[in-house]
Amino acid sequence: MIINHPLLGPRDSAEFTYKGDANLINRPDPETASPQDWHDYAYLRDNPAGPHRELWFHDGGDRSWLVVTRNTLTHEITAVELARDVARAEGRSK
Amino acid sequence: MRYSGFKVIKEALSGHKGWTPAWREPEPQSHYDIIIIGGGGHGLATAHYLAKVFGQKKIAVIEKGWIGGGNVGRNTTIIRSNYLLDGNEPFYEFSLKLWEGLEQDLNYNAMVSQRGIMNLIHSDAQRDAFIRRGNAMKLNGADAEYLDLDAIKREYPFLNFNDARFPIKGGLAQRRGGTVRHDAVAWGYARSADQHGVDILQNCEVTGFKIEQGKCLGVETTKGFIGAGKIGCAVAGSSGRLMSKAGMRLPIESHVLQAFVSEGLKPVLPGVITFGAGHFYVSQSDKGGLVFGGDIDGYNSYAQRGNLPVVEDVCEGGMAIMPMIGRARLLRMWGGIMDMSMDGSPIIDRTHIDGLYFNGGWCYGGFKATPASGYAFAHLLATDTPHDTATAYRFNRFETGHMIDEKGMGNQPNLH
Repeated sequence: MIINHPLLGPRDSAEFTYKGDANLINRPDPETASPQDWHDYAYLRDNPAGPHRELWFHDGGDRSWLVVTRNTLTHEITAVELARDVARAEGRSK
Repeated sequence: MRYSGFKVIKEALSGHKGWTPAWREPEPQSHYDIIIIGGGGHGLATAHYLAKVFGQKKIAVIEKGWIGGGNVGRNTTIIRSNYLLDGNEPFYEFSLKLWEGLEQDLNYNAMVSQRGIMNLIHSDAQRDAFIRRGNAMKLNGADAEYLDLDAIKREYPFLNFNDARFPIKGGLAQRRGGTVRHDAVAWGYARSADQHGVDILQNCEVTGFKIEQGKCLGVETTKGFIGAGKIGCAVAGSSGRLMSKAGMRLPIESHVLQAFVSEGLKPVLPGVITFGAGHFYVSQSDKGGLVFGGDIDGYNSYAQRGNLPVVEDVCEGGMAIMPMIGRARLLRMWGGIMDMSMDGSPIIDRTHIDGLYFNGGWCYGGFKATPASGYAFAHLLATDTPHDTATAYRFNRFETGHMIDEKGMGNQPNLH
C-alpha cells in the first residue's frame, strides 16, 4: 500500500506503524467519563467492512500521525490527513 | 453410511457405485431450536457436539457460502496446547485431547498427525520464559519437553546453527502437537452433524436478526426468515460484520493473515518448527509442500489477501532459521481474516440479547481450538452455563480487568 503523506508525498506503508480506528482521537473527558465510557473507548470497535478512518504513525519518516481513510475490503486509500488537523477540527488540543 | 476398511474393499470390488453424499442438502425449515451461524470448523463442531453429546434436536447450521470455505480451509493446520495462562491452557489441552479422539468420534479420516511442535529458543531470557511456559503446560496436564542445543542439532540438523544474530540455544517441544488435514475437519464434523439430524444450509446468508424486546427470535436470510429458540454466531473473521446487524460493537478488529505453501518436496521436516526471534512457523504437509506463515499484516482488513512487506518478513524468518527453504519455490499464498481480540484471547459467551450467543475472537489460533470451541459453545447453548475450560472467555473480562493476555500487549490487537 502507498500512503500519500500530506507533507511528504507518496510513501510505502512499511514506513508506518498502524494504531487503529481514528475514533481513538476522541478520548473521553476524564472529568465526566464513566467506567463504561472508558471500557467502550478502550476496547470496543466498529470494525467496518468498507471505508475505515484509522491512525497511522510515520515512525520511519517524519514521525507525524496521520488519519488515513482506507477501504478494508479493497485496501484502497481515499484520503490522508494529518491527525493534528483532524483533532483540532474536532475541537481537541486547543 | 459408516466408513471402514471393509467398506473401501467392498466398494473397490463393486465399481465404487455405493458411495453416497456425506451430507444432505435440506431446505430450511421455518423454525429450529438452535441455529448456528457459520459453517466453518467451529460452527460445524458446535452442531456435532450439540446433537451427539448434548442431545439437542432441531439444529441448523447456516452458511453464506459453502461449508469449510473460510478460515478452516485457509490456516496452516497446526494443533498444539502450549499456552501459559490459566484461562487458556486447560481449554487448549482439552482441545488437543479431543483432537486425539476426533477420527473415532467422527468416523472420518482427518489425518490427525501428532508429529510434534518445536518452539526454538534464541536467548537466555527466552529460555527462562519458555521453560516457565512448559511448566505451566505440565501443571495443566499437557506435555512439554525442554531440548538443549545438542538435542536440537540431533533432531533438526538442517537448521541454521551459525546465525550470529539469532543463535539457536534450545527449544521447547510438545510431542503431542502436530498437524491435521484442515478441510477434512470441516467435512468430518459436517458429516457427523448431518447424521445426527442437523440441517446444514449452504448458500444461505444471514442478512439480519429479528430482535424484539431484547430477545432474538430468529434470523433473516437470503432464503427467508428462519425462527429459532437460540442462535449461536461462530463466524470468526466476520464477527464484526455479523454482530453489527444485531447492533453490537465487539472488542475485536478484523485483520488479514497470510499463509504460504511451497511446491511438493520429499519428506524433509520432522514436525512443526517455529522461529522464536521473529515470527515464522513451518511444517510439511503430507503432499510434501512446506506450509508456513508469520505475522498478520497489521491493519484492519476484510480482503482475504495481504501485501508484500509481510511476505518479505515471513521469508526472511524462514531464511534465518532454515536457509534450505530458499531453494524451494512458492506454489501458493493466500490470506484469511482473523478476529483479533483486544487481549489476544477468544470469547465464548452469551450476549446482552436474550437467545443470542457469540463465539469468536480467535485471533490466529482458531484452528487448533476447533474441537474445544465447538464443545464449549455447545455446552453454553445447551445448558446456558460456560464449559469448565471456557469460564474465562467472557465479554465482561474487559470491564473487570481479567484479560487473558498471553503476550502482555494490552488492547492493541495487531500486536497479539
